[in-house]
Amino acid sequence: MNVVATPKGKVLLVTVAESRIDAAVSVAFKERMRELTVGHPGRIIVDMSAVGFLDSSGLGAVVGALKQVDPGATLELAGLTSTVAKVFKLTRMDTVFAIHSSAEAALAADENAA
Amino acid sequence: MPNRARIERRADPLPHPRQLEGQRNALRIVLSSTPLEVRRALERVLGDLSPLQLSEEDRGTVELVLAEVLNNVVEHAYEAAAAGVIEVTVLQGQQRLFCSVTDHGRAMPGLSAPSGEPAAVDVPTEALPEGGFGWFLIRELSDDLSYRRDGDENRLTFSLKVGSLANRG
Repeated sequence: MNVVATPKGKVLLVTVAESRIDAAVSVAFKERMRELTVGHPGRIIVDMSAVGFLDSSGLGAVVGALKQVDPGATLELAGLTSTVAKVFKLTRMDTVFAIHSSAEAALAADENAA
Repeated sequence: MPNRARIERRADPLPHPRQLEGQRNALRIVLSSTPLEVRRALERVLGDLSPLQLSEEDRGTVELVLAEVLNNVVEHAYEAAAAGVIEVTVLQGQQRLFCSVTDHGRAMPGLSAPSGEPAAVDVPTEALPEGGFGWFLIRELSDDLSYRRDGDENRLTFSLKVGSLANRG
């Protein structure tokens, strides 16, 4: 599971370098997200720009990743490609997550807030 | 050169499922029931449809609906453990793709396809659903969905609207 985390100041940037989050990898994805995000108290930005496809089990894994972050942490998404964005919109999960156009935009939002 | 798999003019009449099987030019893929085989099958379907030059959105719809249908067969009809066989057929209409997916696993509960209610998202984070999106997406993105149990066979047919295919392929 090619997912890596890079601290950016107080923000944790998680980069998903997988082209698909589907039934074949959804369990591993959620577990990898738990490893990377446990113990991080603040904003977590997940860069999804390399993910071209996400099915309902992948969506479930992203929701699961949100539910398992530390109290006080937020899990935000960035760089959704068109099919991935469509799944979030149709299921209305786009109302649950903060979604940014790109990781850069998400990080800039943090600077402005600081 | 006219594509013989294409259905006659007019309003894309629905083919009878058996008609799908009789079409020599229909795209047909047989896979075994594992998540990695589903990946491979989707790759092949999308690859074989590439001459149609579908829009990115249409490609996404085709891949997503087929993925959800196939995942359901892998997880429910064959219950993950057994290695069952799944057959996918895709036939090109003028503005639609007609799809048929058959397997020999368990019948759908109540012998009908789930209605696919939207999952509740206006709930506290800890109560958010992590599943149950599949049938909602299938119903939302497909038309003419029909399920029938024929002996020991499950047969799901549906159509997918795509941008006009009339001048392509």
